[in-house]
Amino acid sequence: MTAIPDPATRTRFAIFRGPRVRKFMRHRLAMIGLLTIIFLTLACFFGPYLLPYDELYIDLRARFSPPLTGSHILGTDPLGRDIAARLFSAGQISLTVGFTAMVLSTLIGTVIGVVAGYFGGWSRIGLMRIVDAFLSFPSIFLMLTLAAFLKPSPTMITLIIAVTSWMEVARIVEAEVRGQSSRDFTAAARMVGAPHWWIMGREILPNVIGPIIVAATLTVARAILLEAYISFLGYGIQPPLPSWGNMLNNAQQYLDSAPWLAIVPGVAITLAVTSFNFIGDGLRDALDARSVQ
Amino acid sequence: MSTLIETIDLKQHYPIRQGLLGRPSATVRAVDGINLRIQRGEVLGLVGESGSGKSTFGRTLMMMEQPTSGSVLYNGVELAGRSHTALHPYRRRMQMVFQDPFSSLNPRMTVEDSLTMPLRFHQPALSARQRRDEAAETLERVGLPRSMISRYPHEFSGGQRQRIGIARALMVKPEFIVADEPVSALDVSVQAQVLNLFSSIRETLGLTILFVTHDLAVVGHIADRVAVMYLGQVMEIAPTRALFTSPRHPYTETLLSAAPQPAVGARRQRIAMKGEPPSPLAPPSGCVFRTRCAHAQAECAVARPVLRPRGPGHLSACIRDDLSLVPGVAEARPDQARKRMS
Repeated sequence: MTAIPDPATRTRFAIFRGPRVRKFMRHRLAMIGLLTIIFLTLACFFGPYLLPYDELYIDLRARFSPPLTGSHILGTDPLGRDIAARLFSAGQISLTVGFTAMVLSTLIGTVIGVVAGYFGGWSRIGLMRIVDAFLSFPSIFLMLTLAAFLKPSPTMITLIIAVTSWMEVARIVEAEVRGQSSRDFTAAARMVGAPHWWIMGREILPNVIGPIIVAATLTVARAILLEAYISFLGYGIQPPLPSWGNMLNNAQQYLDSAPWLAIVPGVAITLAVTSFNFIGDGLRDALDARSVQ
Repeated sequence: MSTLIETIDLKQHYPIRQGLLGRPSATVRAVDGINLRIQRGEVLGLVGESGSGKSTFGRTLMMMEQPTSGSVLYNGVELAGRSHTALHPYRRRMQMVFQDPFSSLNPRMTVEDSLTMPLRFHQPALSARQRRDEAAETLERVGLPRSMISRYPHEFSGGQRQRIGIARALMVKPEFIVADEPVSALDVSVQAQVLNLFSSIRETLGLTILFVTHDLAVVGHIADRVAVMYLGQVMEIAPTRALFTSPRHPYTETLLSAAPQPAVGARRQRIAMKGEPPSPLAPPSGCVFRTRCAHAQAECAVARPVLRPRGPGHLSACIRDDLSLVPGVAEARPDQARKRMS
């Protein structure tokens, strides 16, 4: 038997207690990832207040300044705008888009997965075929097509990413829920006449929250990457609003003369994506039902 | 005594499909035409080997799934065919105790949450505090201290969890309980405690219980009457003592002879059955037991035998009246067993 914790510290989602947290903390890469993400987020949202320039300030005399010239820590771009300032405000957009897209796609995926897994039968067949149909679309082209027809704004990009990336969550959740629905506590709830929404939301969902969190973390990484793709190809966030993707787009013609233009946002994207992937790995190990009693 | 629950020709068949749009290629006849009456206040034991359909029968009785055909009458009211909502008023009158105490409690819910859950839907007027008090009282009734109410299932042993499962069934104050192999996942020492708990709540609450089990000793201990199932059908029903001392169906005889004997050096004839039970996909014609029966005759294959009275309250579905079958020597009532040993 495990030690009995003080009742005051109990939460409904007992998953966040004790051994699992410790297990996550021992996962070194995941901890590094988590710290990096915290650092990146703080830098993007509070960094601009520490800089003397804003992201739209044009200083034509200081065009193409390499990093560490004067007060331009990361240099300037072809219009003489401060790259540090642009990186941070681009980060605000990229991280927000990535995070919001994750929340939306996890919501869609969870709802569809839970309904398909719980009701089974024809609703399962129908919903999972929709998932298959979405999966068999090459999502980049789908996104580019959508982005070409719809007015590209951060909200629209977020929606497009969410709509094209919920399928994996749906599949994971469907399988997990199917397993939980066949367990007797679900039958017991049905037997007292608990309504379906209650059984799905209160009985089953807390038991599948682990895999959902893991999938969600990995989805953030993918969403950031997707946003960078579309913006790099010019269909995403439109200048002068900066995003990590369109900063890369602006940089491509100056790769040999001003490589820092590409390196700086590139490093930011890589850091964010790998960090989220590491966190996902760590969570997967920590929340795996078999790994902790 | 009046009849509380009655089934009329109850059938639960499961089609087997191959592929997504495949036509049903075969049908599993899990429960195949059961007529059974459960009297108010009695404990009816339902025995049979694995795959005999006894658990499916219990679940169908609880309306966890709609039966393929036939009737379930509760106090004379038809339950089969009722919708989720139309069944709701009956849900609080019948409850179920499950076999596996590890999957029957939600691992993410405290005992309190698990126990108060039924009240949310049946007595929504109660305040959270009243619900909690009820839960604590019920917990004490099943022999657990009320202080354990805020714990999680993983902090309990199998026997304790089973008590919590019983408590949950009692929360809505049901009249009728289906206990689906409630002790077969437990250690023998714990089994006795849980059985005694069943006996005592039955006394104090006047419950009617359908006790599904494969263990004859358990059934002998707790049941007033016993029904024996084989391949989805009832072979024999009799008062417990009559079933043990004078079985009227060859299948019952075989079951009794296979049960372990609690007496040192006891010897008796063992009747070994031939082969495996036939597949419920294609049950034999006529009497489903004939393929393994030592007394089978040609006419056993002709028609399905009906349950016929063979003594006071004793029904058997065997066409042969001429058999003198070996009684189960061990009548599982402990006082009887002791007498025989001395």
